[in-house]
Amino acid sequence: MTTSQSARLERKKLMGDPIMVTTIVVLITFLTLFILYPLAILLVDSFIRDGAPTFSIFSEILALGSFRTAITNTLKVGFLVGILSTLIGLLFAYVEVYVKLNTRFIGGIFKLVSMLPVVSPPFVLSLSVIMLFGRQGIITRYILGIYNNNVYGFWGITLVQTLTFFPVCYMMLKGLLKNIDPSLEEAARDMGASRMKVFQTVTLPLMLPGLGNAFLVTFIESIADFANPMIIGGSYDTLATTIYLRITGAYDKQGAAAMAVVLLCITLAMFAVQKYYLEAKSTATLSGKASRERMLISDKSVKYPLTILCALLALFVLLMYVCVPFGALFTTWGRNFNLTTKWFAQVFTRYKGFRVFRDSFVLSLISAPITALLSMIISYLVVKRKFKAKGFIEAVSMLAMAVPGTVLGVGYIRGFAGGVFRTGFLQSFYGTGAILVIVFIVRSLPTGTRSGISALRQIDKSIEESAYDMGANSFKVFMTVTLPLIKDSFLSGLVTSFVRSITAISAIILLVTPSYLLITVQINEFAEKGSYGLACAFATILIVITYGSVLLMNLIIKYFGTSRKVKGGEE
Amino acid sequence: MAEKEKKGVKLEHISKIYKDPKTGRDFYAVKDADLEIKPGTFVTLLGPSGCGKTTTLRMIAGFESPDEGEIYLGGEPINELTPNKRDTAMVFQSYALLPHYNIFDNVAYGLKLRSLPKEEIVRKVTDILGLVGLEGMENRMTNQLSGGQQQRVALARALVLQPGVLLFDEPLSNLDAKLRVSMRTEIRRIQQEAGITAIYVTHDQSEAMAISDEIIIMERGVVAQIGSPTEVYYHPKSRFVADFIGEANFIDAKVLSGGERAQVEVLGEQLTVGNHTGLNAGDAAQLVIRPEAARLSDDGVLKGKVTLSTFMGSYQYYRIVLAGDEHEIQITDYNPIGRKTYQEGDDAALDFSAESVYIIPGTGAEAEE
Repeated sequence: MTTSQSARLERKKLMGDPIMVTTIVVLITFLTLFILYPLAILLVDSFIRDGAPTFSIFSEILALGSFRTAITNTLKVGFLVGILSTLIGLLFAYVEVYVKLNTRFIGGIFKLVSMLPVVSPPFVLSLSVIMLFGRQGIITRYILGIYNNNVYGFWGITLVQTLTFFPVCYMMLKGLLKNIDPSLEEAARDMGASRMKVFQTVTLPLMLPGLGNAFLVTFIESIADFANPMIIGGSYDTLATTIYLRITGAYDKQGAAAMAVVLLCITLAMFAVQKYYLEAKSTATLSGKASRERMLISDKSVKYPLTILCALLALFVLLMYVCVPFGALFTTWGRNFNLTTKWFAQVFTRYKGFRVFRDSFVLSLISAPITALLSMIISYLVVKRKFKAKGFIEAVSMLAMAVPGTVLGVGYIRGFAGGVFRTGFLQSFYGTGAILVIVFIVRSLPTGTRSGISALRQIDKSIEESAYDMGANSFKVFMTVTLPLIKDSFLSGLVTSFVRSITAISAIILLVTPSYLLITVQINEFAEKGSYGLACAFATILIVITYGSVLLMNLIIKYFGTSRKVKGGEE
Repeated sequence: MAEKEKKGVKLEHISKIYKDPKTGRDFYAVKDADLEIKPGTFVTLLGPSGCGKTTTLRMIAGFESPDEGEIYLGGEPINELTPNKRDTAMVFQSYALLPHYNIFDNVAYGLKLRSLPKEEIVRKVTDILGLVGLEGMENRMTNQLSGGQQQRVALARALVLQPGVLLFDEPLSNLDAKLRVSMRTEIRRIQQEAGITAIYVTHDQSEAMAISDEIIIMERGVVAQIGSPTEVYYHPKSRFVADFIGEANFIDAKVLSGGERAQVEVLGEQLTVGNHTGLNAGDAAQLVIRPEAARLSDDGVLKGKVTLSTFMGSYQYYRIVLAGDEHEIQITDYNPIGRKTYQEGDDAALDFSAESVYIIPGTGAEAEE
């Protein structure tokens, strides 16, 4: 009776806004078709054989010893990487927030470390670890004289993934530590606790949900990672690589679909815990801003060991990155250290380097603005508007975050190779550049949306309401008020999605056809073959492109971004 | 400013139901509100937080949809219109200025949406900035303004559209006390000059008294009383209204005979008092004594003992416990010079005239529940 009137009125008001309705319909179609449908088809595939429901596909793949090993391998690596990354991330965050760093050098290192995960292609560290510690490794063979060192496998993956993912933990934990009110710790100090005791009894308990959060995020990243296990895993297979090999080696697409469902279930479960339990908890305990500046620790017995430890770790990571361009400049890694430009030359003369970079560049350049705009629109709808399908839009775009690239890739193969529901509808879409662009968009959408949502939550709702009240329709409000106010978030979304797209591999490698040559796929191929010189040459150019884009972004934000405070409300 | 038709607002049995986020149960944020706001008047929605006043305002603006009833603006039903299509303009509590625009662009925003010719926009914006006292500041950014100036921009931005009705959502609550007082006079002046219908939400009763033609007092989603400031102050219909508007003392009373002047028994004494709610013999009632409506004397009707006596400058402040009652009564004796000053512990009686005190329905026990 009663509530139906307001529901009816809200619907009527919504319908009176055709642009808004169209946007919502397009969004729902997009999310359903390109995120939900491919995942649904995986479920269908793994439970239905010859038109009848069955468990036989699951029992078949579970009977495979290699698959069971892959599951335990993946979980073992994920668990250890999660713990190590969280610990190293905590160390870095603690040193930055609590310890007085007086040299600009150290500050610079911290900044660099926080930039690395954004800039680096996923498998660069694998390449360098092989070049430093492998059989031909400079450190193992030439410095330590070890000839039979085996970096491939469990420890290789763990090392590489930890070094790749700890900066993410560092950034997350830094934000949390900054939100701890210093007076809590001062109160404990004042009551007679030592620094160590304060850390144990105040700081650490406050951080626990946050640490759990960081652990799970890394865990998910680790088990979803495809590129590193591919290059440095050797015979140590993880779920992502097993699924890939199931498709490319055994041509068992249904089996791969079932495996993908298993991997998806693991990441979804982790994601659910992380998102709905830990994230809420960690923000609940650490709400509010620090009341004032924290007294930094300048005690030498604390400061020096911690700073030196961080600096060494950071330098180690940097060394790995430096390795890559040198790998491309040495005549033969491990044998002939004369400098040469032949690898770079070969990239362009023999291996269609120009086309490779053009393809990657153009596809990423197309997907970046679409992703950035889409994620801003989704954020706007989620934060500022109320309508029925809002929950669906938010849930599905966040869901994409928990879907490993490999799973998405298999879903697209199964979902689009024969057209939608194998009807032939949209079949021509498969194998085109368009499907690659869509994959790029879907892969970057969650991060963009997340940043958009947090930017928009900072903006007083009544600012948009006032524009609406003065006569602007939704489209006008979005274009003249919302977008200008979250310009920074939009611009950084633009570059982040460009960088993520140009460095993407996991889903793409399953979908790319010979008509498109992509850098990451080339690097992977050459690394597989052991042509490290070529792999490094490609990777170096890729790093230069991504680093250049990030620099360009910072420049653009500096000149066109809003540096003004955009918070409404109290002064 | 060019004359435009002033519009009245009518709310017909308006209700709004929300879900309590904690219990998950539905409750009425606004219940069966029946209001008629005449064109060109300044009407205040007054009440404590959570009484439904802002929800009512937002329903008129179109940001919320009523669950029951119909809203009319200038005789037209507007339930189905989106906020951008309603002839209303709102001044927000947080000012809600567009931070990426300067003052001119903020004020011109709505005019540009209406595709007015450029010269006309410039003329209108200049005129309106003159009216609110911000001439020459067109190029300032909003973050270069003080709170009071931001409020003026917000007002100008709403006024320039010449809306049928101007809505204010606690516009002064972010300003300091002194500025609040001068701004409310200003708002009243500008409303009068523009001759526009205004609906103003506030929880500050003195603001409501100072600014409005009519006050609508709300309590827990229900309209408690509608009337001019004098009416609601001198003739409150309920204890809630009497208590919320100004200060009041309540003493239980028994009505002996009704009529315009009622005979009542209070603490064993028979008194003649005002009876604007039409109570009859036998009804339970409360005698309302405003602190300034009575004085202390040696031989008044209700006797008691002074428990506190403080000199406050413009008045002497007393608390007194009457014989046969446990509650303290507050009395403010303005301009006390030349009169006897009672000290703590002194015996004293309340002295008042029949016109200055009155009865309302209910008992003190009910009110304390």
